[in-house]
Amino acid sequence: MASSEVSPAVAQVPDEAGRFGLFGGRYVPETLTKALDQLTREYAAAQADPKFRAELDYLLKNYVGRPNPLYFLERLTAKCGGAKLYVKREDLNHTGAHKINNTLGQTLLTLRMGKKRVIAETGAGQHGVATANACARFGLECIVYMGEEDIRRQKLNVFNMRMLGAEVRPVTTGSRTLRDAINEAMRDWMSSVESTHYIIGSVVGPHPFPRIVRDFQSVIGRETIEQSQAQFGRLPDCVVACVGGGSNAAGMFYPFVEHRGVELVGVEAGGRSAKPGDHAAPLSHGTPGVLHGSFSYVMQDDDGQTSDVHSVSAGLDYPGVGPEHSYWKDAGRVRYTYCEDAEALEAFDAMARTEGILPALESSHAIAKGMEEARKRSKDEIVVVCLSGRGDKDAFEVARLKGMSLE
Amino acid sequence: MPFVTAGDPDLEFTAAVLKELAARGAHLCELGIPYSDPIADGPVIQASYTRALEKKVKLGQILETAATVAPKLALNGNAVPVVTMVSYAIIHRHGLAKYVADAKRCGIAGAIVPDLLVEESAEFSALCRKEDFSLIQLVTPTTPRDRAKRIAERSTGFLYYVSITGITGERTQLPPDLIENVNWMRSQTELPICIGFGISTPEHVKLLAPAADGLIVGSALVRRVAAAATEPRAKVLNDVGAYVASLLAALN
Repeated sequence: MASSEVSPAVAQVPDEAGRFGLFGGRYVPETLTKALDQLTREYAAAQADPKFRAELDYLLKNYVGRPNPLYFLERLTAKCGGAKLYVKREDLNHTGAHKINNTLGQTLLTLRMGKKRVIAETGAGQHGVATANACARFGLECIVYMGEEDIRRQKLNVFNMRMLGAEVRPVTTGSRTLRDAINEAMRDWMSSVESTHYIIGSVVGPHPFPRIVRDFQSVIGRETIEQSQAQFGRLPDCVVACVGGGSNAAGMFYPFVEHRGVELVGVEAGGRSAKPGDHAAPLSHGTPGVLHGSFSYVMQDDDGQTSDVHSVSAGLDYPGVGPEHSYWKDAGRVRYTYCEDAEALEAFDAMARTEGILPALESSHAIAKGMEEARKRSKDEIVVVCLSGRGDKDAFEVARLKGMSLE
Repeated sequence: MPFVTAGDPDLEFTAAVLKELAARGAHLCELGIPYSDPIADGPVIQASYTRALEKKVKLGQILETAATVAPKLALNGNAVPVVTMVSYAIIHRHGLAKYVADAKRCGIAGAIVPDLLVEESAEFSALCRKEDFSLIQLVTPTTPRDRAKRIAERSTGFLYYVSITGITGERTQLPPDLIENVNWMRSQTELPICIGFGISTPEHVKLLAPAADGLIVGSALVRRVAAAATEPRAKVLNDVGAYVASLLAALN
């Protein structure tokens, strides 16, 4: 599609049917419609209720610790020798990642709907932990579906969820990763829909989830705009975030969509190589299709079967992506690229040794491309990277990849 | 109305099962197109889809197999129609018009698309009507009544009434208000109403037969067919036939 024929991306999406341009919508069994309609109504009521906003703001400030800093990476900037590199410190949030922004919002919606039981899926475990925290805080029953392969990769988060009183249910079907965890959570919801809310962890799934999660995560971009104005009197030249399902990127990018002078770069998981099955980069290598209730770019074969994907990072190891990213891609508003496993590990090391910050492997993908942007830009330019989470959870996996042991 | 997963354990056996089912008196056969991410399906059908996909069964091969069997299926001189249970992910990827054209060419009468809601079905529904290809829509216990009416208006062939709030799979108990709800639905539509999900025993059949125009049996049959991976095929075919005959006996 030639970009000259495409309308520019706007912020007034999705429409009432949950469409972001061509993408999004609702492709789920009829059984779930009632709950999705209820959620749509309840979210609209909550948005119009100043008490809801005030309670969420209170929690974000006092429970999560927002606003978190927009922090200058002095030594990494010097090392790259180009534009100034800043990071938005989502890693400093309570629970160690951006996921808590969404789970608190959705937990408050759960309470408004009078539901007592919460289910969630998790890949890296950050969304599972953030859901378990929010449920513990409000006394809700919490069940987290997690692929067996991810349970192996993310032991620390599994332990944390259990300490917080959540039940972690291993998923043994398919590739035993995030995609299968979503399938299993959806199946649970098919039977429990009257009493249970499904707190989906990314900007994926059927309408209204992609919109709700984006809105709750948009605090990242709003704060970044305010802090940029306060710290350097203007907006950054370039903003970079990693994209699995795409929630930290959607939250970071959305407030910038109509600030057309700011270049936005989404970084997918390039895995081992660009060969099918070696990466998890549907915006770079996939085609539009239907997965998990939404129409968006997906890794699929010529029959529409979802393909297996790979990433070193459990949180990016997903064959689909949120529909708003597909919309931004086709409208030419966000440039999507990918970062291979090895580059992400190098960025992990660089952040650790140059800045004293252990980033999550997911965020390391964004750091790698942020460094690349900085290197090719002049010293008076500014690049902001969303540091979506901290890397403690990845200690076992990084040790394994480096041939070291924690035993 | 039996449901069979295409390609589990292989397409040759699927064809043999379809013939056996028609010979035993099935009124319609549902052919399940394996899908990698079936969120409405319980463990039995999911596992059958996974096995079929591991053997790399492709949509093209399934339709060609249907073409060799479907036009010949008959009971007392009446054709036994075959409809596909198929995810919209597959139809979309294949192309909406191409899917309908290819399925019709292979003797398939319609499609049940469990993840295509009435809101999203305008384009495919119009195409199916134009091509005289049934698009069977689903109503569930969580569907509000005004919505159920809208779904019935959009459905062709028959209306699929989902018995339970949940995924496919054998159940011992069905909801107490099921018959009452189906009777209400009948007062709102001229379409035949078939009930599915959870049905597996002659007792279920006896209970529901007076309220329904058809009863759909999936997991209980898929489980029996799957035995063909390890047991002699003639024996499995006979077991499957005998099981369906026991359900049909309960119908009369």
